[in-house]
Amino acid sequence: MKTFPIGGIHPSDNKLSAGRAVEEMALPDTVTLPLAQHIGAPAIPRVAKGDRVLAGQLVAEGAGFMSANIHASVSGTVTAVDAIVNAQGLSQKAIVIRREGDEWAEGIDRSDAVVRECDLAPAEIVARIREAGIVGMGGATFPTHVKLAVPPGKRVEYLIINGVECEPYLTSDHRVMLERGEELLVGVAILRKALGVDRAWIGIENNKPDAVARLAELAERHAGIEIVPLRVKYPQGGEKQLIAAVTGREVPPPPALPIDVGAVVCNASTALAVYEAVQKRKPLVERVVTVTGKGLREPKNLRVRLGTPVSALIEAAGGMPEGDVKAINGGPMMGRAVVRPEAPVTKGCSGITILSGADAVRREASACIKCARCVAVCPMGLEPYLLSKRSRRKEWDIAEANDITSCIECGCCQATCPGYLPLLDWIRIGKQTVMGRIRARATANGPKK
Amino acid sequence: MTNNLIVAPAPHVQARQSTRSIMRDVLLALLPALAVSVWVFGAKVLCVTALAVTSCVAFEYLIQRFLVRGPLTVNNLSAAVTGVLLAFNLPVTIPWWIVVIGALVAIGVAKMSFGGLGKNPFNPALVGRVFLLIAYPVQMTSFGTDAFTGATPLAAFKYAPVFAGAPLADLAVGRVAGSLGEVAALALLAGFAYLVVRRVASWHVPAVIFATMALFALCTALLRGWSGAALWQFPLFHLLAGGAMLGALFMATDYATSPMTVAGGVIYAAGIGVLTMCIRLWGAYPEGMSFAILIMNAVVPLIDKYVKPRRFGVKKQARR
Repeated sequence: MKTFPIGGIHPSDNKLSAGRAVEEMALPDTVTLPLAQHIGAPAIPRVAKGDRVLAGQLVAEGAGFMSANIHASVSGTVTAVDAIVNAQGLSQKAIVIRREGDEWAEGIDRSDAVVRECDLAPAEIVARIREAGIVGMGGATFPTHVKLAVPPGKRVEYLIINGVECEPYLTSDHRVMLERGEELLVGVAILRKALGVDRAWIGIENNKPDAVARLAELAERHAGIEIVPLRVKYPQGGEKQLIAAVTGREVPPPPALPIDVGAVVCNASTALAVYEAVQKRKPLVERVVTVTGKGLREPKNLRVRLGTPVSALIEAAGGMPEGDVKAINGGPMMGRAVVRPEAPVTKGCSGITILSGADAVRREASACIKCARCVAVCPMGLEPYLLSKRSRRKEWDIAEANDITSCIECGCCQATCPGYLPLLDWIRIGKQTVMGRIRARATANGPKK
Repeated sequence: MTNNLIVAPAPHVQARQSTRSIMRDVLLALLPALAVSVWVFGAKVLCVTALAVTSCVAFEYLIQRFLVRGPLTVNNLSAAVTGVLLAFNLPVTIPWWIVVIGALVAIGVAKMSFGGLGKNPFNPALVGRVFLLIAYPVQMTSFGTDAFTGATPLAAFKYAPVFAGAPLADLAVGRVAGSLGEVAALALLAGFAYLVVRRVASWHVPAVIFATMALFALCTALLRGWSGAALWQFPLFHLLAGGAMLGALFMATDYATSPMTVAGGVIYAAGIGVLTMCIRLWGAYPEGMSFAILIMNAVVPLIDKYVKPRRFGVKKQARR
């Protein structure tokens, strides 16, 4: 069975909510919609305090190409367009809407009927995707319409759909593939058409045999969509790892991009959002979020309107456990710890993972015993012990020469370190500093010919 | 309801193995060889081992407590591992005070003076052994016991280098003269297999050491015009005799003093194999494993500097 070529680890997968069908979350009283829920420029608000809005109505417009539209996720009155504190504890501008009823904007088809035919030209498809504010829903939040705009001179050969969900605990993509497989495949066909490629591969880790079987069965009706079961290994859902697993091609080190090996990768939930945007004219205003953790009474998968407070999701799953807890926006390998549980669910939030007790607390770091586990597990073939040490010593040139910018921050090194060293903490600092130095050098040398 | 919200950067998953659990596994892996040693040499083996372990732990504690004044790390069991390995390198007839001196050199000189666990360039137990071998050559090479007296198989070969077959079966189970822990080849292999299963050690380094030594011995035998049983017994003799098993399985694989990459480990291991055979065949000492490992320990920083893992997206290894 296929997998990526270098490194990787096998954390306990703890998919507590895998067997739980997606439930509809009760509508929140207020939603908070940050203007930056994506990579790129924050959106520009198009509503003001006091305005009445309908669900699905555009409330903030993408600022240029590398940005994304934002739509009201509930109907009601705008109570503020102001700075809020987001889940990571950072101040950020957002639109706050007090919900009144559940009225939807004109032209959005909310029925369950599956619309299979799509006669739109590629440019029209991309325009609808852009209009709907779709971004990568696996967590990276890269605007999807940008991904579909293939730069001149590059050719797309592979469309790969990421149904790997290699993060422990998370099951939202799994449930989407199981429950919305038909629509998802229409979404894949639409993406394929937009990119002008004949074939698409859906990579799914083999710990989800039901999803593999279900999609394989449905795919028989779609020419050119192939399901690729993958051997379970983290971080298979990393873009470069998935491309290598499916195609055998390795994206060269930065600044090369997946498109340089002819690949475009989209998350499975993103493909569903594309279906809804193009076929049903429904913008990205809700998503499936896994709320999970060993300390929760009822781990589950919820369909949530964007902007709902994270704390409301935790309550819906049985409430925060007592004692030491860590609430993670995403999964435990790459997710970010939540500083403020009242902050909203955003487009890239595939799960809320609650770690409690000893799992929530970092163990005390001891010395590096040079066991070489970090080198063995690094999926990029780097030497984490070395990069960490050089970063700690501010030896940026050595860190750069040892390819620190290739680090994908998957966390394999730190999660396997028997000394519990904060390897990735230091490597992140080093990587950001080195990237800053590379940019500064490029500016100093003037624009390239 | 009260809870304490904790915030930290990803990853939020921590390793199942800790330094302590790894060292505990190594201690467990050394138990079969210890048992064989007691069977061969008697209960005094336990006294020597206990003294070596106690001395190593005590020296590490005292140095950290009173000289370095740093955090105490003896409970990570690494000093205990050094103690057992040191004992395994001593003859059972060793006077008690030599054991204590060996522990002081191993822990004080080879480990703590470089900054403690992970920072030592040379294997502490081997530094201790080699120091004792040079300082107290007579006591370190008197293997006489009730059961076995006289020369070790390697020494016998050294004095009369006409290979006339070897007691291979005795070597495998350990019924020969030698240091405490080096005699029981099969028990050492069993212990190492446990470490491989537990994913504490990888098999590459010992495998390459054995392959290099066997190949070297085979070539030598061919050059000397030997044939028949001696041709295959000679390589096997070298793998089973002396410190080859103990050294390759438990000394050369020491984390801190071996390379960080598999490719680097292969170079390092091949170097150990060649040097061991050169010393055994042409050197002044009958056994060369300790010296070979220490010499290659010195090369490890260089190997780690130039032998890099294959970077993702780069097909050719040499890029700079």
